Amino acid sequence: MSEPTNEQAAQPAGGQDGRPMVQMRDIIKKFGTTTVLDGIDLDVHEGEVVTLIGPSGAGKSTLLRCVNGLERITSGTIEVDGEQLSYSEKSLNRLRARIGMVFQAFNLFPHMTVMDNVTVAQREVLGRSREEARSRGAELLERVGLGHKADAYPDNLSGGQQQRVAIARAVAMDPAVMLFDEPTSALDPELVGEVLDVMRQLADDGMTMMVVTHEMRFARKAADRVILLADGGIAEQGPPEQVLDSPASERGQAFLQQLNEG
Amino acid sequence: MQHFLELFAEYAPLFVEASWVTLRLTAAALVMAMVGGAVVAAMSMSRVRPLRWLATAYIGVVRGTPLITQIFIIYFGLVAIITLDAFWAGALALAFHNSAYIAEIFRSGFQAVPKGLTEAARSLGMSRTKTLKRVQAPLALRTTLPVLGNQYIIAVKDSSLVSFIGMTELFQTSRNMAASTYEPLTAYIVVAIYYLVIVLALTALVSWLEHRLSAHRRPAAA
Repeated sequence: MSEPTNEQAAQPAGGQDGRPMVQMRDIIKKFGTTTVLDGIDLDVHEGEVVTLIGPSGAGKSTLLRCVNGLERITSGTIEVDGEQLSYSEKSLNRLRARIGMVFQAFNLFPHMTVMDNVTVAQREVLGRSREEARSRGAELLERVGLGHKADAYPDNLSGGQQQRVAIARAVAMDPAVMLFDEPTSALDPELVGEVLDVMRQLADDGMTMMVVTHEMRFARKAADRVILLADGGIAEQGPPEQVLDSPASERGQAFLQQLNEG
Repeated sequence: MQHFLELFAEYAPLFVEASWVTLRLTAAALVMAMVGGAVVAAMSMSRVRPLRWLATAYIGVVRGTPLITQIFIIYFGLVAIITLDAFWAGALALAFHNSAYIAEIFRSGFQAVPKGLTEAARSLGMSRTKTLKRVQAPLALRTTLPVLGNQYIIAVKDSSLVSFIGMTELFQTSRNMAASTYEPLTAYIVVAIYYLVIVLALTALVSWLEHRLSAHRRPAAA
């Protein structure tokens, strides 16, 4: 937002011109002796939607979980919205409040109503009043099409509905960036669309997003940039058409072939 | 039968009075044991190794020795150091005993909280303490409630052993009755009825709580 240009104004979906929201430098992550991420450099800019694809075990989810400190990196630096990630309890909490995360398994709090799910962190972390939190919560539940489910418990919702509540819960914190860790992988096929619609709407509103997904349709339609991870490194990145249709790297071609065969 | 009912009625005031003693004794013990159990559970899940060892040792000792010996050791041990009446000595002994079992119940409850829920709370920026308070503890309580209720019931019945350090609670009252009526069978059937009523009431209370706390598992009313 520091240097608004005409192009940005006309295209709020963003691109690689905005200021960097997430900066990862030389990220190495080891589990024991296994190197999962091997020197990743990655910038995600304000308003940009980046999808991370690649074979399982490539380190996509691990990379995402490193951004908000759910996984500790072995070496390297991560900055989110200008603040460097460190692992002290205080700084983690402050940073995490600015990073929304959506999980494959939804992870809604089962003992709370939908409304309590979307208000609890607003109140506990941001210190919003009950009325403030509820009004923001209601607005977002409305936006994901679940305004009428505010008093329901998660167990009484479909998977697609639960995931939409989880998105509302994260967005309610007014995060600088949203992380999606395979948000549709646990869903029945017929429920995938409703979640992707909400994500696409969020992308259109200019949210900065990092999305680990196997949904190539989403990558194609909503992403500004597709990053192919393989063997702990970035094998290929670029606009969706380029990476998904005419990958330059051998690993890119191999992955695509697998996708088309599967 | 007529005779039994007469005796039952005759001794009812004594047994009702003794029931209160048993209830107060168990309640005092359980309140302390809940606090103690929470502390021991926290120790057993601590990142500090000596604390974990201490918890393991404590639980091992409690589980590895009969309650009646624990009661005697605490009673004779504590009475040597501080002035303590039989009620509080008994309550302390029962608390000491139940803390270990309740600690294990709490620990299993916490470990049953899905890791993803803790991660979700932490990802929202909630601190360890807030995550514990708003997510882990309420969920752990819900899963442990049935087991906890079971432990409460055991505690009520175990409190009968405190009669051996001179507490006139329910069981001691039945022993007195047996001694004065020369009808031990009657006396012990009477006391069994009192214990049964207390345990049934407690069971109902726990079920009611369980029902109240499981609103999220029932289909929506709407």
